[in-house]
Amino acid sequence: MAMPATISVKVQREPFDVSAETALLTRGRTDVGALVTFTGICRGDENGQPIAALTLEHYPGMAEAEIESHVAEAARRWPLAGAIVIHRYGRIAPGEDIMMVATASSHRAAAFAAADFLMAYLKTRAPFWKQVEKAGGKSWVEAKADDDAAAARWTGPAGSNDQAAE
Amino acid sequence: MAIKLRYFAWVRERIGKPEEEVELPAAVVTVGDLMTWLVGRGEEYAYAFENAKVIRAAIDRRHVKPQAAIAGAKEIAFFPPMTGG
Repeated sequence: MAMPATISVKVQREPFDVSAETALLTRGRTDVGALVTFTGICRGDENGQPIAALTLEHYPGMAEAEIESHVAEAARRWPLAGAIVIHRYGRIAPGEDIMMVATASSHRAAAFAAADFLMAYLKTRAPFWKQVEKAGGKSWVEAKADDDAAAARWTGPAGSNDQAAE
Repeated sequence: MAIKLRYFAWVRERIGKPEEEVELPAAVVTVGDLMTWLVGRGEEYAYAFENAKVIRAAIDRRHVKPQAAIAGAKEIAFFPPMTGG
């Protein structure tokens, strides 16, 4: 009998440990053949200019609910053994992790696809906003049209985009 | 009808407050109507909503379009396009 999927969504100020988190997806089970992780990291520059830090603002309550609904949607679309999303808020210095997605499945196709789906949706639907701190002051990061296009690739009925080319 | 409004990121900065309670006239039926009504309240609101097409909204923490009816809403939020991840 299939074990239930391990699902974890956290929105937190504190740093996280990717390997400790992903161990939760594989520990005590032997049905996981593929584990995909993505970590978003704060770069030290934006458009060639050094940055001091990023500050992430979020909408408490909605951020968690929005991520949880997309994780549930990913679990409906692909046969996942588990999924983890952690997204930080507050001030984050260059080199620090901002967020992570991990997906586990029997085979790699589902794990890669579910991770890509979750990232695409987090970028465009999860209520977080990045502010960049530079020597000249603070400014809000503008949304990218590329991110909307990445999310649009996944808007079809379940499974219909699995073979979609870029 | 009293409703809690919440603002985030540069919408919050332009309006100058993170949230407020407002009493809405009956003529304000949709999220789009609410944005128009807010613009009429002062120049800080006009500044925040000057490019209304880019502003996103949520009713009770769910994304909605400007045509969405606000009847029964407890909390309506306005914010710029999201840039997390």
